[in-house]
Amino acid sequence: MRTEVPERPDVPDGAGRPRRPSWRTLALVLVPLAAFALLLAASLGRDPRALPSELVGDPAPAFALPNLEGGGIVDLEALRGQVVVVNFWASWCLECRDEHPALDAAWSRYRERGVVFVGVLFEDTIDDALAFAGEFATDWPLVDDPGSRTAIAYGVFGVPETFVIGPDGSVTAKRVGPVDYTWLTAEIDEALRAAEAA
Amino acid sequence: MSGRGRLWLALAAAVVVVALAAVFAPGGRGGDTPDERVRDIASGLRCPVCQNLSVADSPSRLAGEMRSEIESQLEAGRTPDEVRAFFVERYGEWVLLAPTREGLNLLPWLVPVVGVVLGVGLWVYLLRRRPAREELA
Repeated sequence: MRTEVPERPDVPDGAGRPRRPSWRTLALVLVPLAAFALLLAASLGRDPRALPSELVGDPAPAFALPNLEGGGIVDLEALRGQVVVVNFWASWCLECRDEHPALDAAWSRYRERGVVFVGVLFEDTIDDALAFAGEFATDWPLVDDPGSRTAIAYGVFGVPETFVIGPDGSVTAKRVGPVDYTWLTAEIDEALRAAEAA
Repeated sequence: MSGRGRLWLALAAAVVVVALAAVFAPGGRGGDTPDERVRDIASGLRCPVCQNLSVADSPSRLAGEMRSEIESQLEAGRTPDEVRAFFVERYGEWVLLAPTREGLNLLPWLVPVVGVVLGVGLWVYLLRRRPAREELA
């Protein structure tokens, strides 16, 4: 049995009682709004300070930089075949103070095994840097980076930043911010293992 | 189609053409003096030690050194694109103030155009419906 639905009188748009928004109109407003909200939510969830480590896996940019104390240079090319830890630092950088004990402990543990540490000075004066090195009795090579050309070549955002370079001369790990002993030794061990396997 | 409809359509087409031209016009004025060329590249690079400042605008020491780096690379005969690629290789896409115009990155450029097209379309549609309504009333 069919039920007769009384036909609605044809009310022209905009005449008589206010028209209820149709689903189409609603969708026209809501869909873009939802899309925008989703986009916003996805973007706001990202940490703008999480920085990409572009160089990992790539050849480490070459450098030959003068020793801070004068006399001689440290040439990365000459260290090929060894694991190299390149640490960008500055005396004004508080986190560099925080990480110094970890670097020092790792340096003591690995220096006999041919691992080389290089501290590259970043935006600092040589006097301040030498005072810092004296205070901490830093005894790995420290070099100056005139014009920050090496820092720029390594894509350094700030200090401290630390790169581990494998014996084949490619960057195997990068750390933004202070290193801790566990991370550093794990990365050095891995680079050394790769060296032995090769 | 009525004469008015055609007029609106022509207007919409003009808007689209202008918008597309704005999107795909080659960026950068490409100055002639070395300083202008450095500035042109530097203004498209994000200063790593700042919040939302370009390498051209930042007074920081690192930004200054990056400008010197750009200058010496240009002097060495590298093209602006090669210089930009050098920084992207080190700092990632992050370093570009405007994302490269490819893939999903095209979205910010295309969405406004699509929006304008849809908006003008809706406008024309509503305008064309109105006379009918007036006749009824």
